[in-house]
Order: sequence, then C-alpha cells, then structure tokens
Amino acid sequence: MRVAIIRFPGSNCEPDAYRAVEREGGSAYYVFHRETDLGDADAVIIPGGFSYGDYLRAGAIARFSPIMAAIERHAADGKPLAGICNRFQILCEAGLLPGALMRNAGLQYLSRPVDLRVERRTTPFTTGYREHEIIRIPIGHGDGRYTASAEVLATLESEGRVVFRYVDTGMPDSPANPNGAMGDIAAISNREGNVVGMMPHPERLADPLLGSSAGTRVFSSLIRWKRPLAAHV
Amino acid sequence: MKFRIHVRIMPRRGLLDPQGQAVEHALKALHFDRAANVHVGKAIEFDLDATTADAAAAEAKTMCDKLLANPVTEDFQVKVEAA
Repeated sequence: MRVAIIRFPGSNCEPDAYRAVEREGGSAYYVFHRETDLGDADAVIIPGGFSYGDYLRAGAIARFSPIMAAIERHAADGKPLAGICNRFQILCEAGLLPGALMRNAGLQYLSRPVDLRVERRTTPFTTGYREHEIIRIPIGHGDGRYTASAEVLATLESEGRVVFRYVDTGMPDSPANPNGAMGDIAAISNREGNVVGMMPHPERLADPLLGSSAGTRVFSSLIRWKRPLAAHV
Repeated sequence: MKFRIHVRIMPRRGLLDPQGQAVEHALKALHFDRAANVHVGKAIEFDLDATTADAAAAEAKTMCDKLLANPVTEDFQVKVEAA
C-alpha cells in the first residue's frame, strides 16, 4: 500500500502520519502541495495543520493548491482519501465532502482528548474498529464546528455517512461535543465511503508508547484495506 | 474602467455566531444595554478593471462564489463604485 502524505505550507502533522503508515507496514512518501501528480498512490492522507495561516477561512486558500486537481481525480476513482482536521476543512471547501467547519462555539482553540463513537466501519480507515466502539482521540482546532443545511444533515444520517460522533462518557470538566458541531458530528464520509474527513487527530495517537491503539487503527485499517470489487465497475 | 469593489460577508442568519455573541456580551458589560443581535462578518475591498459597472459586479460575484465567501455558512453583498 503506497500512501501519499500531502504537505502544505504551515501544516505540521505529516511526520506523525508518515510514521503511522510505515509502522503498520505501508509505504509512505511526501507530496508537496505545488506538485500536480500523486505518483502511484493507492491512498492519500492530508494531515492537519494551518494552511496559509487559516486566512480568509480555514482551508479556503489551500483548496486551490496545484495538487488538489490530482486529489479530486484520486477521490473520483474511488481510492481512499482522508483529510484530518484542517484538511477536513479543505475537503469541504473543495466540495469533496458536504458542509463546512465554523469557529468553535466557545471561541477557544481546543487541544484535548475527546470520546468518539464509531458510526461507520465501511470506510478504508475504520474497518479495524468494532461496531459502535467508543474511542478516545485528541483534537486540536479552533474551527471544528461542523455545519450543514438540514437537508445535508438528513442525507448524511439516512445514508449512514457519519463516521465518528462525539459521545458523552462522563469525561469530567469538558462537554462531550467540544465545538458545538451539528449532530455531534466529528467525521463524515462521502456516499461511497472512500473519502473521509475528521476533526480528531488519529496520527497523534498512533505510537505504542502512548498506550492506546485508538488512533493506530485508522492506519492499520487502511493498510489492510482491499478495494471492493463493486468499486471497479 | 477601474472600479472599486466592496464585498461585505456576514455569517448566515440562523447559524450560531459565537463571535457576535461575545461582542454583544462585551457591549452589555460596558452598559450598552440596548445593543442586540450583534453579528461579526468581514469586509474585502479591491480595485477591478472592467468594461462596465455591471460586468465588474458580475465578476466580483463569481469571486465570492468561488473563494471569498463560503456558500454553506455565509451571505455576501457586492457594491461597485467608480474608482
């Protein structure tokens, strides 16, 4: 499994994603945002950070980077694509996923663990979780409030496209839904499931030294993922 | 002709606007008790060469649709004046 890790100016989580892919037996390589070719990528991960200083809106300027056309073709081919944190914002700005991510309801930048329920396992990034498993993964964002029209929210729910949802486990001193996201949504997918955007940072919890496999399994799921036959049609 | 374009972008009505709420709370703390429904948006200005004011407005609107505003969460107004 060849995994392209996209680098943008101001992004900062690429080495974590790179190491997580390699540790699970995949082959990772970096692609700079100014390039126009993804090479022989089987999958693409766009890790978090602050592209272009989040000027105008988070992800709004990065969305027009030269590499985005190749990423859009990769997604249209049904190949796995994950956008983490700021890159979830980019995927929404690019129209690859519906909705938008707005300023956190409490206006504060949040850096802390959150509890999530796994709602969709049929994506290349989540087959390694159990149905409705509850996992604890860090977030780090100022603009994570998932927002969409009532119609889009209804479609996401009826098609089972919510991937992770914030869930209340009684963690002290912190609301279960950290940013006011509609529907407690932390991650969504496209209809086919090959494109996933998530606010939490699994790459920051993907080393055995950290004592949890909650983030690791995003990467182990991907490395073991086999493209379903139906996707070739 | 050169025109000066003024774009006004506001969060869509009905969506939670925590910045507007924070400013409203601050105004009330300063005893401006009659200020209500505060919303915070942004303004963008630029020069644009175009044949007519209508053409300038149309091009500015396309810029808003593509980049300057997010159609999911924001509304915008474009004003054109002779530069």
